[in-house]
Parts: sequence; structure tokens; C-alpha cells
Amino acid sequence: MEKKLLLGDEALALGALHAGLSGVYAYPGTPSTEITEFIQAHPLAQERGVHSRWCTNEKTAMEAALGMSYAGKRALVCMKHVGMNVCADAFVNSAVTGVNGGIVVVAADDPSMHSSQNEQDSRFYAKFAMVPVFEPATQQEVYDMMADAFAFSEKVGLPVVMRMVTRLAHSRAAVAVADKAAEPNALHPSEDRGWVLLPAIARRQYVKLIDKQKTLVEASEQSVYNRLVEPKVGAGAGSEDKPLQIVACGIAWNYVMEALQRGGVSARVLKVSQYPLPAAQLKALDEQGGEVLVVEDGQPVVEELLHAELSDKCTVIGRLTGALPRTGELTPDNVAAALGIAMPEGLPASDVLAARPPQLCPGCGHRDVYTALNKVMEEYPQGRVFGDIGCYTLGALPPFKTLASCVDMGASITMAKGAADAGVFPAVAIIGDSTFTHSGMTGLLDAANENTPITVVISDNLTKAMTGGQDSAGTSKFEAICIALGVPAEHVHVVVPLPANMEEITRIIREEINYKGVSVIIPRRECMQTLRRHLAKKK
Amino acid sequence: MKKDIILCGVGGQGILSISTVIGEAATKEGLTLKQAEVHGMSQRGGDVQSNLRLSDGEIFSDLIPLGCADLIISMEPMEALRYLPYLSKDGVVITSSKPYVNIPNYPADEALEAALQALPKLVRADIETLAREAGNPKGANMVLLGMAAAHIGVVSTDDLRAALGRIFARKGEAIVEANRKCFDLGLGVK
Repeated sequence: MEKKLLLGDEALALGALHAGLSGVYAYPGTPSTEITEFIQAHPLAQERGVHSRWCTNEKTAMEAALGMSYAGKRALVCMKHVGMNVCADAFVNSAVTGVNGGIVVVAADDPSMHSSQNEQDSRFYAKFAMVPVFEPATQQEVYDMMADAFAFSEKVGLPVVMRMVTRLAHSRAAVAVADKAAEPNALHPSEDRGWVLLPAIARRQYVKLIDKQKTLVEASEQSVYNRLVEPKVGAGAGSEDKPLQIVACGIAWNYVMEALQRGGVSARVLKVSQYPLPAAQLKALDEQGGEVLVVEDGQPVVEELLHAELSDKCTVIGRLTGALPRTGELTPDNVAAALGIAMPEGLPASDVLAARPPQLCPGCGHRDVYTALNKVMEEYPQGRVFGDIGCYTLGALPPFKTLASCVDMGASITMAKGAADAGVFPAVAIIGDSTFTHSGMTGLLDAANENTPITVVISDNLTKAMTGGQDSAGTSKFEAICIALGVPAEHVHVVVPLPANMEEITRIIREEINYKGVSVIIPRRECMQTLRRHLAKKK
Repeated sequence: MKKDIILCGVGGQGILSISTVIGEAATKEGLTLKQAEVHGMSQRGGDVQSNLRLSDGEIFSDLIPLGCADLIISMEPMEALRYLPYLSKDGVVITSSKPYVNIPNYPADEALEAALQALPKLVRADIETLAREAGNPKGANMVLLGMAAAHIGVVSTDDLRAALGRIFARKGEAIVEANRKCFDLGLGVK
């Protein structure tokens, strides 16, 4: 066994490749992006022809993976947590159809919203769909779990959710990896009628899904990733008859162990890294009774469940009771505090600090787009510019402060439409090239069908810049897409966002705002980051 | 035996190369390591940090607890101050002395100077000027690594120097030498 220094995301990717992966389907999103990038760059993936091209969005990714599974092969789907919302239709129904080749759905959650709009916890989605979840604590577990997750997926005929969090996805450690990879499955398309979810078949499939739940609980009880660790004898306060009981989920295990190794508190710890919750181990907690502290990153999923699972001999505490903060990620500090373990004091916080928010790069084309928009919008104090997801969301901050909203992928166009329907004038949308193909096209079709008076700016930097410069699905197709969706050709403009072209750009924005229908302006100039890399490559 | 290090600066300044070299040296010496990095939106000219934990035993948390860092290694003086609550009371701050001003409300020179002077243990230098003197303007981060070398402890200065060679090897001998020169200049800063 060789040891490699790997990010959690990289350990996941290598684990999947070594498990005989045939395809990864993904849309980039922090903190999940590095998984697919690692597979794209790996020689084994190239040698075996593992599919790894980026998908247009998470829904197309989930469905393509389901097709690969139908054909009998192992497929990986990767996304950030909010991607689960986009693929939810396919994801939830994939539990009803079941799988043929194994499917692992990676949902990379982002507690504390380092690069996100919310703190939603993907374990809720798995529970909703009634599928198993693997939630690793360490980089080694991430790697080891992939082979088990694919095998388990095929054994129970269900997709398995692999829940990652930012701190594990983006933290590096040494990982012992196998010397050789398992062979990919042979092609064997399913013969099962269960894939046709007509009501009569779906009802039968749904009963099958319900019947599988008992097997899933038993598997969790026997899982090597779930274990009940008894306290060391005489380990100090609380070690009398009833030591504190802790349920530590996924990465929370690390923080609990970090705190306990300082000594002074003795606890009985149930490590949970495979769901549904292991009933037998919960029963053991219940038999002892007393306080049960739930430590979990993200939302209080397990804490809520334990209120129903444990009897009144136990008092469940956690994020809902204030034992841990209700929002934000776990840290070694807030976990130690919840355990009543004193940590050393550091230096006092400095009082000369200024915040340093991220900003658009010098020379970035989005800057010129916002300069132009601001110049024109000054003339319309009642007007609004609706924003979207990407680097250009930074246009909400000083010095531009252009944006009225940023909600989800594609919402700029549809919110501008709704606002225009309500009478807002001018209603302008700004959306990036990749976000437009991800979820903006259907909204533009709505607006074109009603000829709603909105102006849509597709700020095209020829890449997915925010996540590090991946290929953008619609590059070189935007004018054709907009015209095909019903935007009149004479109201589709392409400009080059540069200070020298400011007069032309502002003139076109002004004209199109005053056109009583849908118009599209496409400022197009390469991202400064990818340009720098392209120039360096040429040298 | 453990060493907890916070590396920080402004997105794009090259703090990850510093931790890569330390990590390479530590791995070679058989130490355990965890390194939490920042990817994504904050990289765009915002504040960035990386937690690097080294130990001869098991490391549980990927994040360094408050008050437990032995070292702060910073590419920028105000950024060094951002993480003081993580620094142990006898911890060392090793920093570039030159402000990177990309915000309108950067603190006044005197206030920043007073805050730095108040630190228990401070090592600082104008690493960009030193890197230019070494003929390698891009090597400021390796000057900083040199300044930190004696304080890292769990790996020796020679180990770090050798690790630097291995990390930059694929870029050619000239790049290795240019970075070694920066590292050596950093060693001389007390």
C-alpha cells in the first residue's frame, strides 16, 4: 500500500477510480469541484476512457449517471449541496427505480457558507429519498468508503449519498491507497420493468423501497464506520456511573476526539458515519440514559431524529438546545466548549483589522459591464438589476453595488421577468455564460414567449471562472441559443467589455432598455485568470 | 511533539506553496500531517489562510483550536494580526513587512506598527525586496519560508531546503536554485 497526500476530494476521486468507476457526471461547485478535476487528469481514467466531461447542470448529471447505471456500470455524481435542489427530481426517483450498476451521489455541504447561499444539509435529502448515506470523518475513510459505497449500492439496489463538508473536502492528509484498481463492470443493460415509473409500477417499486429500509438499518448496525467507543476507566470528571454520551457524526468525530484527548472529561462516543442511524447502538445509549450530546456539522438532522428514537430516559442536547451554535460549521473550539473542556487562551483579537472581502480581478470584463450598467441605471432610479451566481455576484459589493438580488442559478432572468410583470422598469438581468446554460435558458423562453420587456446581460468570459476555469457548456452558441428561444435577432448584441468601448456599450443598453420586449446583450471577453494561464502555456 | 502553523495572506500571494514545501519535508520525516486549505470565492483578492498541523502522533481535527498555533506565517502584515486568537501566548509571528493595500479602509501605518510591536515574538522583513535582490521576484514566499525555518522545529532547515528542491524539481534546476537563494536569504533574517 502506497501513501499519498490527498485532499478529501482527491481521496474520493481516487477511491472511485479504484472501485472500477466508468463515469463521473458533475457540475462544478465549491467544495466539490476538485473531485471531477482529479479524475479528468488521472492517467487511469484516460487509459480506461472513464467519462469525465462536465455536464450542463446537476440534473443532467444525475440523469446521465442513472443511464450509465441502467447499463450496468458504476457512475459517480458530484455537486455542491445546492446542486441537490437542481437534481432532486431525478435523485428522489432514482430511489424508486433503484439502480443496476452502483451510483454514488456526492453532495458537498458548505456549513458556514464559505462559498454558498445557504447551509442546507444533504442528509435531509437522503432521508427524504430513503437512501443510505456515508459520511466520512477522515481522508482515509473517504478513500476506503468509495469501494464499499459502490458495492453497497449494487447490493441494495439504491443510490448511496456520500456526504462531504468543506473542511474535509479541502483538507489534505496522507492516505493509504490500493496498488491496483478494480475492473469496471461489464455492460449489462437492465431488463427490469421497474425503470418505467408509470403509477402502477411506481407503486410496486415504492413498496420495494420501503421494504429495503430494514436492511439499511441492519447494514448501519454492522458497518465498520459506525462504532460505540466506551470511555477509558477513571478518566476524570463524569466517569462515575453515567459518563456523558455523545453522538459524533462524520467530521464531528475529529473535533470530539481532539477535545477528549485533552483529558478531564470521560465520554461514551457513538461515531456515526453510515445512515440510516444504527438502531442497536442507539438502544445501547438509551439503556444507559442521561444526557446525549449530538455533535453534527450542518443542520440538526440527527438531533431531531433522536428525540423520537430515544426514550425519556435520555435528554438530547445539541444545536437545537444551545449546547452548540445553531448556525455555522463545527470547530474544535465550539465542540470543546459543548463538552465543558477548557482550551488554552490565545492572544487577544487585534483592533486594527479591516475586512478584506474578495473582489473582481484587475482587468476583469465584468468590471466594465458593471461600469456601463451603473452609468445607464443612474438615469433610472426606479430600475433594478437582478443578479445571479458567479464571480459577477461581487457586483453587489462596493465599488459597484449594482445588484438587487442573487438567489439561485438562473434566477436573474426569471426575477427580472416577474418584476417587469409587476411594473418595474427597467428590469435588467445579469447572468454568466455557464449559469445561463445551467438554468437560465428556460427562463428566457418564458420571457420570449410573452415578449416581457426585460434586458438580459449574458456576461460571457468563456469559462466557469468562479470555480477555477472549467469549460463552459454554451461557449460559441449563445447568439444562436437566444435567437432560437425567440429573442429577435436584431435585439441580440455582442460587445467587447473594455473601457474604450464604454460609449457603444452604454448606448446599446439604453436602446434595449427602451425596447418593449426581450433583448439580450452579450459582453464577451476572456476571464483574466484563464487568459493568464493560456499566455503562460504559449511561452 | 507537534507544530500547529497558520499560513495566511491575500488570495494569490502563494501561501499554499509554502505549506506544500513544509508538508513535503514533514512527510519525508514520517510525521503525520493535516492541512486545511481555502478554495473558492475567497481566493479573489480576499483574505486567505491555511491551517497546517504536524505531529509525530495522531492528529484529529483538521482545524487548529484557538490558542494552540505555534506559528503564524503571513505574506502580509495586517493579515498576520487577523489570526492572533489562534496563536498560543508564546507563539511566533513571521511576516512580510509590506502592506498589500487593495481596500479603502486599510489601517493607518502607525496603528499597524503599534499592533505589530506589541506582539510577544515577531520576525519580519520586506520579503519582496529581498526576493528581488536574490534575482527572483516571484520567490518572496520562499524568503518567508526561510525566515520561518528555524521556528518550525519538527523538521530541520536542511530538510526544508531539500524538500524545496523536490517540489520545484519539475520546473528545472534554474528555478530550484532561484528559490533556494530566496530561502537562504530568509534564513539570515533574525
